[in-house]
Amino acid sequence: MFRLFKYLKKYKFEAIFGPIFKLIEAIFELIVPIVSAKIIDIGVNGNGGVPYIIKMGIVMVLLGFFGLGFSLCCQYFASKASQGVGTDLRNDLFKKIQSFSHKEIDRFGASTLTTRMISDINQIQTGVAMLIRLAIRVPCLVVGATIMAMSIDLGLSVIFLIVGPLVSFVLYLIMIRSVPLYKVVQKKLDSVSLIARENLDGIRVIRAFSRQENENSRFENASDDLTKTALKVGRISALLNPATFLIMNSAVIAVIFFGGMKVNSGTLTQGEIIAFINYISQILLALVALANLVIILTKAAACASRVADVLEVESSIKDGGKEVPADSANVPAVEFKNVSFAYNENTGEKVLDNISFTLSKGETLGVIGGTGSGKTTLISLIPRFYDTTQGEVLVNGENVKNLNLKPLRAFVSVVQQGASIIEGTVKDNIVMGRKGISDEEIEKAAKTAQAHEFISKLSEGYETIIQRSGSNLSGGQKQRLSIARAVAGNPSVLILDDSASALDFATDAALRRAIRKIGETMAVIIVSQRVNSVRYADKIAVLDDGKLAGLDSHENLLSTCQVYREICLSQLSSEEVLK
Amino acid sequence: MKSSQVLKRIFKYTGKYSAMLILGLLFSAGGVAMTLYSPILIGEAVDMIIGPDNVDFNGIGKIAIQLAIVIAAGTVFQWLSTLCTNYVAFKTTRSMRVDIFKKLGTLPLKYSDTHSHGDILSRIIADIEQVSDGLLQGFAQFFSGIATIIGTIAFMLSVNVKIAVIVIVLTPLSLFVAYFIAKNCQKMFVKQNKIRGELTGLAEEIISASKTVRAFSYEDVAQERLEEVNSRLYDCGVKAQFFSAMTNPCTRFVNGVVFAAVAISGAITALSGTISVGQISSFLTYANQYTKPFNEITGVITELQNAVSCAARVFAVLDEKSESDDSALPEITHCDGSVKIENLSFSYTPEKPLIENFNLTAAPGQKTAIVGPTGCGKTTFINLLMRFYEPNSGVIKVSGIPANSVKRSSLRSCYGMVLQETWLFSGTVKENIAYARPDATDEEIIKAAKLAHAHGFIKHLKDGYNTMITEDGGNLSQGQKQLLCIARIMLTSPPMLILDEATSNIDTRTEIKIQQAFDEMMKGRTSFIVAHRLSTIKTADTILVMRDGKIIEQGTHESLMAENGFYANLYNSQFEPSEG
Repeated sequence: MFRLFKYLKKYKFEAIFGPIFKLIEAIFELIVPIVSAKIIDIGVNGNGGVPYIIKMGIVMVLLGFFGLGFSLCCQYFASKASQGVGTDLRNDLFKKIQSFSHKEIDRFGASTLTTRMISDINQIQTGVAMLIRLAIRVPCLVVGATIMAMSIDLGLSVIFLIVGPLVSFVLYLIMIRSVPLYKVVQKKLDSVSLIARENLDGIRVIRAFSRQENENSRFENASDDLTKTALKVGRISALLNPATFLIMNSAVIAVIFFGGMKVNSGTLTQGEIIAFINYISQILLALVALANLVIILTKAAACASRVADVLEVESSIKDGGKEVPADSANVPAVEFKNVSFAYNENTGEKVLDNISFTLSKGETLGVIGGTGSGKTTLISLIPRFYDTTQGEVLVNGENVKNLNLKPLRAFVSVVQQGASIIEGTVKDNIVMGRKGISDEEIEKAAKTAQAHEFISKLSEGYETIIQRSGSNLSGGQKQRLSIARAVAGNPSVLILDDSASALDFATDAALRRAIRKIGETMAVIIVSQRVNSVRYADKIAVLDDGKLAGLDSHENLLSTCQVYREICLSQLSSEEVLK
Repeated sequence: MKSSQVLKRIFKYTGKYSAMLILGLLFSAGGVAMTLYSPILIGEAVDMIIGPDNVDFNGIGKIAIQLAIVIAAGTVFQWLSTLCTNYVAFKTTRSMRVDIFKKLGTLPLKYSDTHSHGDILSRIIADIEQVSDGLLQGFAQFFSGIATIIGTIAFMLSVNVKIAVIVIVLTPLSLFVAYFIAKNCQKMFVKQNKIRGELTGLAEEIISASKTVRAFSYEDVAQERLEEVNSRLYDCGVKAQFFSAMTNPCTRFVNGVVFAAVAISGAITALSGTISVGQISSFLTYANQYTKPFNEITGVITELQNAVSCAARVFAVLDEKSESDDSALPEITHCDGSVKIENLSFSYTPEKPLIENFNLTAAPGQKTAIVGPTGCGKTTFINLLMRFYEPNSGVIKVSGIPANSVKRSSLRSCYGMVLQETWLFSGTVKENIAYARPDATDEEIIKAAKLAHAHGFIKHLKDGYNTMITEDGGNLSQGQKQLLCIARIMLTSPPMLILDEATSNIDTRTEIKIQQAFDEMMKGRTSFIVAHRLSTIKTADTILVMRDGKIIEQGTHESLMAENGFYANLYNSQFEPSEG
């Protein structure tokens, strides 16, 4: 919680005056029972009469009225400060997430980052609001009511000194038992929801095997389990109100009894007893509010530390300071020098092992290999989505670590596997916020990507709105759109990572022709599992378990590389291989 | 559905627990009565404490005992009433949830295919929770709130009519404040939720698209977009929070006014001797709590409305039409593996006919392949074979028996199906392989895993066959998941096989080995194969070529190549050099 304290600084005024105003209201509230005691002792039992009663009544209303004013100010300050803190946090957290490299994103995972962004910050907001509204008011009411009671009668106030801690203790007992159970309930609810989700996703498999009955009983068991725990926690937390009611009223009996003795001996008045009873109910209400406050603040603190954890992470990949060097004839566009890479540096399990190659403009490199052989990792190193563990990746002769990210990523364009579609128009998706891409260039890129035809058929053409995650497009359309996106920036290095898998062979062939055409001025890397996608590349890198098993043309690899031959024969008949 | 109908149906659910519900309400009423009676006793006691040497200890003693009994009873009543409502609420939640889940198991696949899973899930989890929280517990609160108001007025009238009337006259003030706040709050909250939903959607979209965002340096634009929504959320959030935060101070103020009115009128009445000081004190206690139930009730009403709309969403699922009841139909006792499709027509929507007048005969042991571009409707064909969807007209005969004249489950057990999208549930590797045959022995499971070439990687998992598979198989690669699904089929060894891009996530070298295992297993059995790679289906006895949902060509590889149509074109395009 304290790690995020600086966010409250901007709202210093609200954070200081909010509680002060609330304190003033609390003091007014504490005065009311005294006024009512005066009404009875002086107005009714004494000789104050009607004018005194009315005067004091007006004082009471005024106290309430000004109390309302002060309190509303505080509530406003609290709303402003808490929402402000939340808004600032969201902006900063998002900015932080935007600065993360793939490594940090992989480490946290997208879903938890979104949760922290939304629901955790919501909890923090509530926490801040409650802190301003209640953190001062509640203890002050408790202490104030006790002091007031003491000032009326020291002896009788012993009852307060017993009741206060007793109620606190009971609250503590109930909370310490129920709060962990609430977590269990949440967990069990999660497993109920997991079974439901599994059933929705696996509906075909479940029905194919006719396992509905079995799934029903799994779900029933999980639901029963949840119900049992919910009832258990319900039994405990149901004690809260009755227990406090019991303690408070017992205290009232004590006040009447001991107060009666004091009145009998003349050291206390009847009105003061009523005031005492009022203070007891004030303390009680305050303590119950305190219990809620503790729960809210504990939650907020947990959320705050989850948010702070993200904010404190520094991206492992930062701008290197240099621009991409200009093209020069003797320098390859991309060069790998003895590159090794491990996702987990501790285990050191190498995903890429000592890879070297060069690629010049106008050349095409095919990358082929089985699942998990390191193809995607290899190309991720070029736009610096990850940094190499050993060795260097050079672009136009400069180590990518020395380059600024923006120009590097304009120089190298990747069409990723399962590229994301953002909400917006087709045009927005091709442009992706980059400046200086004309409508002609967009259309040209779409034509290269074999996307122009289907885009033109959409109701609004390039202005058609694409729904969230592209749900109104087919898989192949999404792939072609993301290829157009990469081509539109007119990069020097174009990387296609298995990005034609959803295209039929005819479209795929047309796409390859088009890429070959624009490839005359670019360095192109095509990653695929299909031999046919890479066989016409100038050279093909064959990856096998992170190692470079071969780097040569299709024909040469067939005779020299065992792994490549196996891949070919697994996909094509022997006459097709040689066709 | 009308609210009253929804309520009726909810009470049908609670019907089983109606005794418990009534008991809960009785306890609640008892608790309220005791809570309200205690101020009167306290007032009476105060009246016995008049001044020095004027205290009736005898009377106080008696009242203290009465008070102790009232308090004890109140405590117990309150507790019991909460227990009863909890019981009813949680049990109802449970049976609703189980009902909706079971219902989902009987709905045609069309339902889950055409509804967002997130939405269905939120009905099962969040909506039902809301029904339990809002409706049942809300109902209990509503009841105790009304009881408190009525009780308070009754007790006040019994003590002193004049002052009671003053409090009643001030009631509209409480109502007005409660109404004003509730109305504004709700308006603001609806708006806030909408903007928050927008923000969540945007954040989710951008964060999950992180890799694309990095690749195209979209970060700045994304930040701008988020900050714009965020600032709208701030404007709305401040107002929403302020309005909801007004509740307590306003309640306190109204209470203060009522309190002052009671104090003044009470004190003046006391001067004329028609009311005692103790009675004033009881009145003050009532006044202090008077506004609370009003606020609670308005709060509860919003909750109730929300809960009713949630319940309506739940009932909407329960009212969906289930698949026809087939419990009376016979089982397929022996399946010879022959499939005959006669004059089959099918469409998802009437205005877009898909498959029309389709005929196919697959003799036992024949291999039928379906090819075509992605999204051409290959899966539709499988949907019909498995009776996930029912044809509009025409008939599919399995073993010469019309598929719709037998139990669905027995028809489906004739097929072994492996889909492109793998499905594993959270359980051990072993449980996942033995999904269709929980009685399988370890030896059988291992044998199936070996056949599927999964044994090798399973051995290397932390706990081997007992390794827990996390949610959605997160700890396994796509290919490994697929191998487990294949092992699952290897274990059941069904008479017919459906493979829908079953090996597309597996590298081709492993695929060949699995294919061999499949071929071994499928010897003499009928199979239907959807594949991307044309090389794997060349040997099929019949190849169906589909495009835009229609079957455009049908024949063997040789005959289709000779036809020189779409298939031949498709086949040749794989070898077309890029220079073309």
